[in-house]
Amino acid sequence: MSTTTVGDPPASAVRAKRWHKARRSLEGVSFILPNFLGFGLLTLGPVVALFYISFTNWNVFGTAKWIGLDNFTRLLADKSFHRALLNTLYYSALHIPLTLVLSLGLALLLNRELRGVAFFRTAAFFPYITSIVAIAIAWNLLFSKDAGPLNQILGLFGVDDPPGWTASSDWAMPAVIIVGVWREMGYYMLLFLAGLQTVPPELHEAARIDGATAWQRFRNVTLPCLRPTTFFVTVMLTIGSFKVFDLILVMTNGGPGQSTLVLSQYIYQKGLVENRFGYASAISVVLFALCMLVTVVQFAVNRRRAA
Amino acid sequence: MTALDDHRVGRGSFPVGKVLGYAALVVAAAALLLPFFWMVSSSLKTSNTVFTNPVTWLPDVPRWRNYLEIWRVSDMLVWLRNTVVLSVVVTFLQLFTGSFAAYGFAKARFPGRNLLFVLYIGTIAVPWQAYMIPQFIFMSEIGLTDTLWSIIALQAFGAFGVFLMRQYYATIPDELCEAARVDGLSEYGIYFRIVLPLSVPALASLALLTLVTTWNDYLGPLIYLRDPDLWTIQLGLKTFVSEYSAEHALIMTGSVLSVLPVAIVFLLGQKYFVQGIATSGMKG
Repeated sequence: MSTTTVGDPPASAVRAKRWHKARRSLEGVSFILPNFLGFGLLTLGPVVALFYISFTNWNVFGTAKWIGLDNFTRLLADKSFHRALLNTLYYSALHIPLTLVLSLGLALLLNRELRGVAFFRTAAFFPYITSIVAIAIAWNLLFSKDAGPLNQILGLFGVDDPPGWTASSDWAMPAVIIVGVWREMGYYMLLFLAGLQTVPPELHEAARIDGATAWQRFRNVTLPCLRPTTFFVTVMLTIGSFKVFDLILVMTNGGPGQSTLVLSQYIYQKGLVENRFGYASAISVVLFALCMLVTVVQFAVNRRRAA
Repeated sequence: MTALDDHRVGRGSFPVGKVLGYAALVVAAAALLLPFFWMVSSSLKTSNTVFTNPVTWLPDVPRWRNYLEIWRVSDMLVWLRNTVVLSVVVTFLQLFTGSFAAYGFAKARFPGRNLLFVLYIGTIAVPWQAYMIPQFIFMSEIGLTDTLWSIIALQAFGAFGVFLMRQYYATIPDELCEAARVDGLSEYGIYFRIVLPLSVPALASLALLTLVTTWNDYLGPLIYLRDPDLWTIQLGLKTFVSEYSAEHALIMTGSVLSVLPVAIVFLLGQKYFVQGIATSGMKG
């Protein structure tokens, strides 16, 4: 467009500059590339493909056949799906608040200068990094109905008719929730501990001088300062609860009956055991939508409170 | 569960808060560690003394033989070998591809960078269970199912590693990289000679987290590894439990052996675990 006049930088210099810029972009892209190849093919691609497959009838030996919303209308009438959805919500409804309260309590307890605090932090975090399989096996034995240590301990406290835990359709889900909370609270405790470091001690000091009780200081100083952490923990806990799976698979395998069947397990059952890819993908879309919906709502609520 | 410093209330007099605090801690620690204690103590019993009334918390005579027996009755050695191979390879790849990409996102400039990063972050929030079906279909199309490669492919390119490393690189001042650029160092030079050496603590965090995650993974191997020669410790242990369901003591022996390596790694690298978790949780 521009006409070259005397005094402009020579065209070769412009080209060199442009080439330099392009080279830097290429270099930047090259850093991402090794990871992106795997990420794109194995994560991004499947996430996108999921939506397409959910609109098809695809069994392992056939080809994908477009059937529109059929899978989703079938889900509406599927009793097992309803059960899995309700159980997932049941698990979340107890697991999220329990873990939240206990991990925060633990963090407050461990945020003091007590002797041996380092040991306790380590102990609290340990269940989270040990394998679900080993943990589930040990807890299943602890939960044994008749001579199980847990029921014997309950007996000491005068419980005559202890629960049957994983053998009972009423108690299997609470049993799984107990193990879930026990396993994860150390992880969230660490996040809360990191959050507590950001609470300015002067605020506590000032509140104390004003005569605020310990509870008032907790309500009006600690909790507001912790809000970003609490928010993050809640979002993570929600997604974590919605996708609960391996714990249940090893502890109860969804039973007794369907009393602990959850969405993830139903996806696994339909997709990878029965090879009904289309139908399983439709369930996956529901799980995906549920996670997104709750996350978006949580973000919106958080923003309104922050304003 | 009241505010943090209420032990100061009793300063000078009897430290009620402190005593209560300790009591709460002891109860919490007991509840957290009891299952592990039970695991270890049961692994040293005979199978018919695992359940007694009242509970035996410690066996009279520890039966160390269980720890020899388990190798004979199970394929523990094969499972451990597979798990070690997978954990080491996956960790190495995660560290390389993760930190390399993180440099691209944190320090290099190119069009579309931020959009791409949002995609990475977004997929962290998508539960793996939601896309495991299309992923499985893709893996079978390229013929990776029932090979150890499937688990390597599954774990080695995680978005989490990129996120964790990028969080750390954000704390390294841009001026440092700019100065190196002016001095004529290429982007690769800056990565290898400046950023990478500075990020050893973050690399250690990521390495430990990845190692432990891969070691403990149960679902990946369950879905992809059918051939018993390829089984990992978690998959093997689970099968062992169903085959030897009455051998409670041996089952606990196997469980202890599956947890032991992780426990050692955890105790050695505790500081880095905490750092990694705290960094990844700092910003939502």
